[in-house]
Amino acid sequence: MNSPVPPGAALPDHPDFLWRTPEPKPSYDVVIVGGGGHGLATAHYLAQNHGITNVAVLERGWLAGGNMARNTTLIRSNYLWDESAAIYEHSLKLWEGLEDDLGYPILFSQRGVLNLAHTEQDVRDSVRRVEANRLNGIDAEWLGPDEVAKICPIVNVSDDIRYPVQGATYQPRAGIAKHDYVAWGFARRADEAGIDIIQDCEVTDFVVDGDRVTTVRTSRGDIACGTVALCAAGHTSVLLDRLGVRTPLQSHPLQALVSELLEPVHPTIVMSNAVHVYVSQAHKGELVMGAGVDGYNGYGQRGAFHVIERQMAAAVELFPVFARAHLLRSWAGIVDVTPDASPIVGHTPYANVLVNAGWGTGGFKATPGIGWAFADTVAHGRPHPLVAPFALDRFVTGALVDEHGAAGVAH
Amino acid sequence: MQLITCPWCGPREETEFRYGGQADLAYPADPSALDDEQWARFLFFRDNPKGTFAERWCHDAGCRRWLRAVRDTRTYVFAETGPYGSFPRRSARPERSA
Repeated sequence: MNSPVPPGAALPDHPDFLWRTPEPKPSYDVVIVGGGGHGLATAHYLAQNHGITNVAVLERGWLAGGNMARNTTLIRSNYLWDESAAIYEHSLKLWEGLEDDLGYPILFSQRGVLNLAHTEQDVRDSVRRVEANRLNGIDAEWLGPDEVAKICPIVNVSDDIRYPVQGATYQPRAGIAKHDYVAWGFARRADEAGIDIIQDCEVTDFVVDGDRVTTVRTSRGDIACGTVALCAAGHTSVLLDRLGVRTPLQSHPLQALVSELLEPVHPTIVMSNAVHVYVSQAHKGELVMGAGVDGYNGYGQRGAFHVIERQMAAAVELFPVFARAHLLRSWAGIVDVTPDASPIVGHTPYANVLVNAGWGTGGFKATPGIGWAFADTVAHGRPHPLVAPFALDRFVTGALVDEHGAAGVAH
Repeated sequence: MQLITCPWCGPREETEFRYGGQADLAYPADPSALDDEQWARFLFFRDNPKGTFAERWCHDAGCRRWLRAVRDTRTYVFAETGPYGSFPRRSARPERSA
């Protein structure tokens, strides 16, 4: 954000020219359902890492118009448990080389993330998470309030607020990226490899033969399939209901919002689970803020105003300088939440249907990592070691990956 | 903010209520007879429809009683609310309806 280059100078081509608009073929080796970040990344890595290109990505709306267009673009890997740290750190390493890999600007900016602690229990949990991160080779440190103020001078670290800042964990390699460019970059590379990206194509049903899905029924006709790879986020339950497969997923609205364009004031990312807000400043200058999910199940891509109101109260208390900023617009995505705040990836009761879901409020940061590991899972028909801990059967075995501490409110 | 009609208190603001998820889940009659798969299904697996959904809500900041609501998860419009009739009113675990 301190770059002398004016905003927009590095803007890539208009997306119309980045991929073809093909008609669906009668059959594909792999049908990916969902043309968001995860689906497109899976397509890219299927082609690049495994040479599998007879692939369709089916998107019911427009490309990357769901949660990929509605998240707050935070990227970090400071999760508590080994299983989560492994997949998110793998993803972060891919982010670090993604611009070169895609040959496309994604405005990846590693400006660091502060996760604030406001209570003694917060402090204990945070220090524990820092130590766990270090054991997993992830950059993490514990900072006191003074050090927090040095990294982000606009955070109110005084004692006279409702929940004073008692310190923070800091991951310097965390960052943000331009979500649209990420999606377009993946789509462009997948398209170049010969993969068909088919928009305005809603999957309505499946034709089943025994334990296999033979055909995907869509709003643009039937498509025969070798493997079906579901990357449908909040709509995964709707699709799996068609197959009679039950999951512990619950879809909730998750709201975010932006301010008008402001001068650079916010040099990093600040998250606070205790007061329910996370903030960064995007490249153009708008403050991007997210909250916790709305409490009830919902598919409406909008949420309740009181959730935003609470989030703004927290933001203004933590950042008094925001008090005069104007809210420009707000929106919601539909996030699929699991009981342990960890994703569900891998096999379903159908032999050729693989699922990638349950990323809840934190799927964006996982985009390259899960694309890489899910493509490997699809190519070899067995879970990649990075996703094996996230199989659906963990809810039966009890081997949950409880990430509520690092993920529950705000990814 | 939307209003939710509590069967006892009348229409009240949404912020007075707490969401309780899917309604009408019976506690297993003989829990110790369940295998792990069945127990997991009772514990973790819930319907997640896009459309009409029967739900539990608790009027936390009012009468603190549970109610049953039918709501559309696409529009968030409440079709009906009523008393959560099937469980004992004073139960500490209201989901344990017989």
